[in-house]
Formats: sequence, C-alpha cells, structure tokens
Amino acid sequence: MSHRGRPRHRTTRSSHATRFKCLWWSLTVVLFAVISANASSQSALDPAGPQASRIDGLWRLMLYLLSAVFVAVMVVLLVAAFRRRTQVNDQPLKPVLLDTDPGQDRRISRTVISAIALTIVILFVLLVSSFLVGSAINSAPVNDNVLTIEVTGHQWWWDVRYDNPIPSQMVTTANELHIPVGRPVIFKLISNDVIHSFWVPNLHGKTDLVPGHPIETWMQADRPGIYRGQCAEFCGFQHAHMAFAIVAEPEEQFRAWYASQLNSAPAPSTESQSRGQQVFLSKPCIMCHRIQGTDAGGRAGPDLTHVASRQSIGAGTLQNTREHLAGWILDPQTIKPGNQMPPNPMSADDLNALLDYLQSLK
Amino acid sequence: MVEARLETSPIGNDELASDASVDEILHHELDKTWGDKPGFWGRLTTVNHKTVGKRFIVTAFVFFVLAGILAVLMRIQLARPENGFLGPDLYNQIFTMHGTTMMFLFAVPIMEAIAVFLVPLMVGTRSIAFPRLNAFGYWIYLFGGIMIFVAFALNIGPDAGWFSYVTLAGPQYSPGKRVDFWAQLITFTEVSALVVATELITTIFKLRAPGMSLNRIPVYVWSVVVMAFMVFFAMPTISLASTSLILDRLVNTHFFNPAEGGDPLLWQHLFWFFGHPEVYIIFIPATGFVSAIIPTFVRKPIFGYTALVLSLISTGFIGFGLWVHHMFAAGLPKMGQSFFTAASMMIVIPSGVQIFCWIATIWRGRPIFKSPLLFALGFFFVFIMGGLTGVMLASGPLDLQVHDTYFVVAHLHYVLIGGAVFPLFGALHYWFPKFTGRMLHEDLGKITFWLMFAGFNLAFFPMHILGLRGMPRRVYTYPSMPGWPGLNFVATLGVIVLTLGVLAFIINFFWSRNRGLVAGNNPWNASTLEWATTSPPPSYNFLRIPTVAGRDTLWVQPDDQPVVEGLRSDVRQVLITKMLDAEPDHIDQFPKPTIWPLITALATSGLFIGSIFNPWAVVWGSIPVGIALIAWFWPRERQAEERAPKEVKEKFREQNAIEHGGQV
Amino acid sequence: MRYRPTFIIMLGLVAGLSLGACKREERGFRVQPPSSTTIDSKSLTDLQPGTQTPPPEIKNEYEENAYALSEGKRLFSAYNCNGCHSQGGGGMGPALMDERWLYGSKPAQVFATIVEGRPNGMPSFRGRVPDFQVWQLSAYVRSMSGNSPKDAAPSRDDHIQGKPPESSAEPVPVKDTSIPKP
Repeated sequence: MSHRGRPRHRTTRSSHATRFKCLWWSLTVVLFAVISANASSQSALDPAGPQASRIDGLWRLMLYLLSAVFVAVMVVLLVAAFRRRTQVNDQPLKPVLLDTDPGQDRRISRTVISAIALTIVILFVLLVSSFLVGSAINSAPVNDNVLTIEVTGHQWWWDVRYDNPIPSQMVTTANELHIPVGRPVIFKLISNDVIHSFWVPNLHGKTDLVPGHPIETWMQADRPGIYRGQCAEFCGFQHAHMAFAIVAEPEEQFRAWYASQLNSAPAPSTESQSRGQQVFLSKPCIMCHRIQGTDAGGRAGPDLTHVASRQSIGAGTLQNTREHLAGWILDPQTIKPGNQMPPNPMSADDLNALLDYLQSLK
Repeated sequence: MVEARLETSPIGNDELASDASVDEILHHELDKTWGDKPGFWGRLTTVNHKTVGKRFIVTAFVFFVLAGILAVLMRIQLARPENGFLGPDLYNQIFTMHGTTMMFLFAVPIMEAIAVFLVPLMVGTRSIAFPRLNAFGYWIYLFGGIMIFVAFALNIGPDAGWFSYVTLAGPQYSPGKRVDFWAQLITFTEVSALVVATELITTIFKLRAPGMSLNRIPVYVWSVVVMAFMVFFAMPTISLASTSLILDRLVNTHFFNPAEGGDPLLWQHLFWFFGHPEVYIIFIPATGFVSAIIPTFVRKPIFGYTALVLSLISTGFIGFGLWVHHMFAAGLPKMGQSFFTAASMMIVIPSGVQIFCWIATIWRGRPIFKSPLLFALGFFFVFIMGGLTGVMLASGPLDLQVHDTYFVVAHLHYVLIGGAVFPLFGALHYWFPKFTGRMLHEDLGKITFWLMFAGFNLAFFPMHILGLRGMPRRVYTYPSMPGWPGLNFVATLGVIVLTLGVLAFIINFFWSRNRGLVAGNNPWNASTLEWATTSPPPSYNFLRIPTVAGRDTLWVQPDDQPVVEGLRSDVRQVLITKMLDAEPDHIDQFPKPTIWPLITALATSGLFIGSIFNPWAVVWGSIPVGIALIAWFWPRERQAEERAPKEVKEKFREQNAIEHGGQV
Repeated sequence: MRYRPTFIIMLGLVAGLSLGACKREERGFRVQPPSSTTIDSKSLTDLQPGTQTPPPEIKNEYEENAYALSEGKRLFSAYNCNGCHSQGGGGMGPALMDERWLYGSKPAQVFATIVEGRPNGMPSFRGRVPDFQVWQLSAYVRSMSGNSPKDAAPSRDDHIQGKPPESSAEPVPVKDTSIPKP
C-alpha cells in the first residue's frame, strides 16, 4: 500500500516564491504561457491549501496505520495457512480431524478477542482524528478579508462571477479563476441543470452543486501555482471535459488581473480584427456568447470578453492557441462530442479575421 | 441414475434403507413424483429448485461475461489519454450497462441462484418453499435481463450511470427512453429478488431436517437468511425510487424537480438506502461461501460459530445505517456526517470478527491447498485491502478528496471482486461436483486463480493512486496529466490478464462438465448435508429425509443416525418443522410443475415494458397478469395437509436422546 | 436449444423496437440538416397572386428524435424565444401551442418563419442560428401542439410548470391562417 508518490512534473513549488515573488512570478507566467495547460497540478497528494493539507495528514495517518494492520493480518494468515500445510491428492479427501485441544482453543479465543479489541482501538483513533480534521476543515475562515466568487456549473463549463457590492465592479469570466495567495476565498456554488461537483484536489475536497441547493465552501491557496480542478460528479456526455483552473497569484498580480478583467473588450485595432468582430456579431457566436462592450450579450455560453487572457478553451479541453481555437470554432463536436456549441463552417478569411479578433481580447 | 443411487447416502444407514431393492423402488416412485415432465415442455414447466437454480446460475454468469466484455471495452478506451475508440455517448451507455448488469443482473442474482440450488439440500428437504414462485422469479429475471440488453443493442441503453442521479436521469436531461428502460429493469430485478428472498427465508425457517435447530444451521445458510432479510428491507426502497423516477419521466410528476418542491437529494437518499445494503446483500452470502470452504479444506470445524453468526446478523443491521457516506460531498449537516462516519467505521468490527474467526479456523486446521481454498485465501488479501480503503472512505474529510475518483473505483472493485467474486469462484470450484457430478480440473482451477488474482491486482491497485492524483471516475477519456497515462495503461493490461483468468474458468467448465473426474457423493469429505446425497442430486434430493445430530452434520453423526419415515412417495410431500428446534410439525404437499409461472412472467413483462411507453399499460397489462394468476392458483386437487405421522415424531425423540449430552 | 423461446422473444422485440428506437434515440452531434435542399423562401410576405404555391413537403426527421426535440427545447430558451412566445403560451409574440398557425404549420414553413422572420416583431435568424438547430427548433415548436410522437416529445422540465409538457400535449387540429393579422 505504499503508493505515496508525488507527481514528478512539479513546476510551481518553491519556497523561493515568497522571497523573489515578482521576478519568479513573471517567470512562471511566461513559463505557463508556453507549457500546455495540463502542466498544472491536480493531485490530492500535493496539498497547497489548509484543508487539503489537513486531509493529506489524515490520509497519511490512515495509510500508515492501516498498512500496518494489513501487513500484520497477512502475516498471521500466511503463517496459519502454511504452518501445517498438507499435501493431499486423495479423492475424496481424508476424513476430518475432530480431535480438539481445549488449551489451544482457549489461547486462540484470547487472541481473537484481543485482535478485536485492538481493531476497536484503532478504529477509535481513526474516528477521533477524522472528527478533528472534519471540524477543522469545516470551520469558517479565520481571515476576515475574504473574496467571494459565485461559480455556476453548466453542462459542461463553469460560469464564474466575482461578487462585489458595486455591480460595476463584478467580474464575469469562465473556466479560469484567479485568486490571491493567502486569502480565503468563499465559493458560492450553484447549478441550474444537473449535479456537478467542484473539486480542486490541491486545495480542498469536493463540494457537489445540487440543483435547488445552493452551497458555499471556502478554500485558500498557500502558495502560488495553477491548480487544475475538474467536475467530479457524472453530468452527461462531456463530464470528462469539464475542467477549470485556479490561478493562485500574489495579491498585486491578482489586483492587476482583476482590474483588467473589469474593462470592456478592447476595440478592434486592425482591419482584420474589425472584420473579425463583424464575423462574430453576424454568425451564431452572438447567440450564446457575451463580449462586454459589443452587442454580443448571450449568456448561454462562456463570457468571451477576455478570452485571450485564458490559458485554455473548451473548459480545460485545449490549450488556448490559435490553431486550437480555429479547430474549436469550426468543429467543436469532434473535439468535445455532445457539447452545446454547434459547428461553425466559415471561409478561411472569415476564420482568420475572427481569430485575430478573439486573440486581441486580452 | 441407478449407479448414482447405489452409492447411497451415508445417512441411509438405517436398517430400513440397507436393502438395495427397497431403495430402488423408492427411487423410482420418488423420481416419478418429483421429476420434471420430459422434453421441451418439461423445461418450460419445471419448478425443481435445482433445475431453476442451475439456470439461474448460468444466466447470471452469462450476464457477468457480458458485463465483463463491456469492462474490457472501457479499459481499451481508457488505455491512453484522449483515445477515440469509444465516444461519450457509447461510453456512457457502456459504463452504465456495466454497473447495472454487474449489480442487478449478476451479483445479487447469482448469490440468490446458488442459494436456490443449495439451501434446500443443505437444510435437508425435498424442495424449496413456493417452487412455482421460484420458477416465476427466474423467468422474470431472465426477461428483465434480455430487455435491457436488447435495449442496449438498439441504442436505448441507459446512459445516466447505474446510480441514475437525478436531475441528469430526469426527463429534461435524459430525453428518450433510455433511463426508463433502466428504471424498469430495476422493477424486474426487484420482483425477482423479493420472491426468491421469500422462498429462501421460508425454506430455512420451516423446511429444515428434524434436529437442525437454529444453532446447527450451517454458517452459509445463516448468511442466506441475513441476505434474504436485507433484500426485504432494501429492495422496496429502490422500487419506490425507480417508480418515482419513471413517474417523473412518463406522467410528469415532480418528485425530483427542485423547482416544484421535489428534491434531487431525495433520490440519493433513497438510492443509497438501498445501494449500500446492496453491497452487503452481495458480500454476506460470499462470506458464507468462505465459511463453507475453509472448514472443509483445513479439515476442522469452523472456529467461533456463534460469533460468526452474530456478526453476520449485526452486519445486516449496521449495513442499513451507512448510506450517507455516499453523499458526504453533497453538503449534509456536519453532525449527520459524523454519525455516518462512526457507523461506517463500526461495520469494520463484525467484519473483523469474521476474518479473525476464519484465520483461527485455518490456524487450528491442516490446510489442503485445493483451488477453492486458494480463492478463499485470495479473498482475504483482496477483501481486507478493500475493507481498509473502506475505512478511509468512511472518514468524512478524506472522502471529500477521494469520493468519485478512481480511488473509489479501486475500493469498490476490491470489495466486490475481492469480497464476492473471489469467494464466488471458490464456491463454483467447490460445489461444481455437486452441480454436475464431475470435478473441475484442479490445475486449470489453480491457473484460473493465479490469473485472476494477478490480473485483478494489476488492474485495480493503480487506480488507488490515480484517484489520489486527481482522476475522477465516470470519464470517457482524460487529459495527459502527470502520472495518469502510465497507470491507466497498466490497469488495462491487468484487465486483460483478469479476462484470461475468467476465460480459463469457462474452458475448465466446458471441459470438466463432460470429461472431469466423477465426483461421488462427497469428494471433499465436507460436513454439510448437500454432500449426503448423490452428485448431482436426484430430483427429490434425498431418498430419505435425514435427521441432524450436530452442527458439522456429516462429521459428527453416528453410524445409526435415524432417517425420517412416513412421507408419501406418490405425492410431493414435504416435512414442515418448527422454526427454532426443527421438530417435525406437519406434512405439506407441494405443487406440481406448471406452465403458469412462465405465462405470468410473460404477462408481467408485457406490463412492465408497456408501461415504459404508456402509463395505461399498467391498467391493460394487469388484465393478462390477473388471468395468469387466476389460472396459476386455480384449485385443482385437494391440498393434503396432515399432521406428522407418529413414527416421525418417535424417531425424532429417539434421535434427540442420542445427541442429548453430545456435541451441539 | 434450452433457450429457444427466449430467442424468439428476443427476435420479436428486436423487430418491434428497432424501427422506432433508432430514430428516437440517436444522439446526432455532428449533424446535417434533415434536408439538403435549402429552403428557398426569400419572399417577405406570404401574399401571392392567384392560388398559393404549396409549401415544400419536407419531412423533418428530428420530429421523431427525442434528443433533437430536447435540443430544440433547450435552444428555445437559450435563444430567448421565451421572451416573446413565453413557453409557447404567447405574449408579445403569438402562442405556439394552439391550433392557429399564422405562417403555416408545415415543418418547412416553420423553418422559413424562423430563418426569415415575420412582420410585426419576429426577427430573422438567418445566419445566426445554424440550419440544423432551426430544424430542431421547428420540430420542438411543432411538438408543443402535439405534432410529434409522444414517446419522443420532451416530458416535463425542471422548472415551474407553466403548461403541460409536450409529451402530454394533445394533437391540436391545424388551422392554417394564411393571412397574417395586422
């Protein structure tokens, strides 16, 4: 049972992070822009937040204790099986040995009873530690300076809205959340279609999004990094491709990102981008997608106001490159069969212009 | 059959039975009374529990193989990331069919099937109680299974998971009839499971051979009692749930519509209130197999009989108090979570008692490593590991991380394959001679075990790590995250090895059925009553109903153990005994073969399938069902019910005197 | 030999169900519109001199497909058809679940109405909604008045019920009111 291995492809972990924040961070940003979206971490064995760390501690306790139990039982079993093993090839087998040894039986009874008592003690230890960890991870965040994010699960993407008392200060995005390091984040989780489950293994366990049952959970990232999350409750055709990323970054970077997300989409600056915008507004795109600052106001699909600033498209399905975007626009049903975006056949010129436009939406 | 009879049972040592010619006459009379009608018609009308039981076992095994093929297809799809072998539509149907078939058409039915065959033999009676109902139970199960596979072949395979969580399985997100077929399959298997549970409980409580008091019942039979009672209390919940679902989908009720006061979490509570006991319904008879195999192959009576039986019963009770640990992530009150964590951990205690008692039995004995014992030992390795990961899942906080990941896939296969399939294969190797009269090939049996054992661990152990590394379950494909593709590939290789193991068993089955060594009555020299009659047993099970002098019956009985006399051989008379001490009470007459169970099952199937499409089918479909039932229960002959003849009671008293002061 | 009757039953079931099942259950992700002939109906009014040209007879196979119908239902709210037609009951726009069809009840006519738009408020969705989705919408619109098989039409949805679901809609006799109301 000793399978406590850490993923080798660690990219973000470093204690230098706090010391050389700025330099290091700009480097990682560049790195992540280059490396595929999959290079982020998605593992419960690599905790980066308080709850995940506590659960990881509980996991280790259980692993070590129960592995010892397993080995002990197996050793006793093997000794029992092999100590008086007999080779018999008779058919039928020899009659049974009914002779009993009362002394031996008493000894065995005592052993069995103590084994059961030991089992109960071990279970009690595990139960108490489980309760302690449970109350720790369920307690409200100690830090008052919380950020509240409303996440709505859809078939098969995540709609994200940063809460703010001033409506104009709310940020809407999709499938990629930026959070400040070291600050608790409350997630208000909603589903209006089927049950999804919000899960970022590096930060915390799952919380189900049950229709009719809005629910809150909180997480905190203790170090910068990109933590991949994924829907963990079967939700239909594309349950497999319903991922998201949590980008944990230092407070200043987060503020900068937030400020840029508040802006409307930049106006097209080249002729090709202008044409791309026209293509967007005259094709089926406009029926579902919103680009703040244009006439596109659809809410059925992800908000694309700053789509170019995200690392992936299709809810974590593809890395956000020009080629992938082109393939996705033309035929999303081959990449992610069953998803709700129709194929959009168009001329090469239109497509190029559209890509120019979308890639300008930083 | 004549040769078989001449090897008379060791119980037939009574002075009355020593005369071979008397035996022969009795055999002919009894076989004429209890035998099936000849030919094809006989096959359709049979109510013999052994014929039905064998059919049941073979059918369930066929479903096991079909669901296994689906599993192989899934593993091929998952062998590498972003594979295009199966699309999401087909994959979702396949994983749903795999789970549904394994749980509803294989695991529970095969446990009941083996009990249907063995329990009447083990308690020493001529027939299962309510034999016609038994035939009906089989037919309805068969038709349900055929229905769902035909639906699957027609692209109407259910695709919302074997758990069919609403709202995904509700009318809005699962258009068409796919989920309706799933919900109706549940109805089919419910009906079948409930009728079989009824028969088994009645058989065990009322048809035991004189002298088999409750504290002498074999542990396996006890496990069947517990299983049957769990079926009674668990299955109605899922019937309720699946009927509500089909009503939501067909006649637009709002049980699970959150906008109209329904609740998707209600479904989860109902489903898991059934779903968790279901695991124990599968696991408990499997522990019974282990309790039957181990004493035989270590040549010692089981250690701690009372403790074992009590832990079986307490497992049956605690099993109903754990269901919420499937829902820890659904945001339940924390207090409730703690309660269910504690209850889930508590069930380890009776399981621990069982395991320690078995190990003590092995310790006391002299193990003979035949293939059934190998499967039992493999069961220990696999099941204990599954049980320990179960402790992890019972813990609320840890469950939040591993819930709905491949860790759970690993756990549930360790528990169900380890806890049920390994003992089941052990049982099939153990009782194959009783089923067919021939031994399975021993070396091939060992090959089967090692292939299955190695393949199983290779396939499912890596899944623990996959789950901890963040791979969710029920995904038709996955991105190339660090560590995922390699482990998935290993798992696929493991499944291929496991498949070879099952294939080895199938080859062994077909080879040994015709060419295996002839078994004789009791090839393993085991202690329970089914080994007291010929292999395979005659239509009437026992030439003379035995009496029981002690717990390990065939090991402790004296040479002059009396038998029951006075049952008529020209009608299907069965001795009814009292529930606690199995004293003879009265004689009942059992019904003859009839076609009506089959016709009733057909009519019922028509009703069930029709109601997938039109609610009025419930009304019109009940008319043929009613007609069939009237014909079934039409009084044709005087149901003779007599008090037990004097000599039976006298013999019993005499026998009681023998064991008085002896071992219980 | 032993299972011969079950084989017969199986064959019967296969034969009986396969026809209905195939069309009803298929999930077409990469779909072509039901008809490759484009609807050439660019006229801005349905008023024609003399007798009317009969509308093109196109069978919309989506009307027998449960998935396409449910997709139509989803799009009907995603594209905000509800805004005017209010779940088919009508509001700013005409009701869709009654017997009156201002611009024709044939699949091709419904298609044209969506693509072309109609006077007094119905916008044209030409180019904005892909053809196959228009066919899905048109199949769904017709199912509102009971014009699709009941075992394929959508059942209730997970919302507050404003009307009986399409699968329980009784077929409404069609009255083509060819002249649009002013």
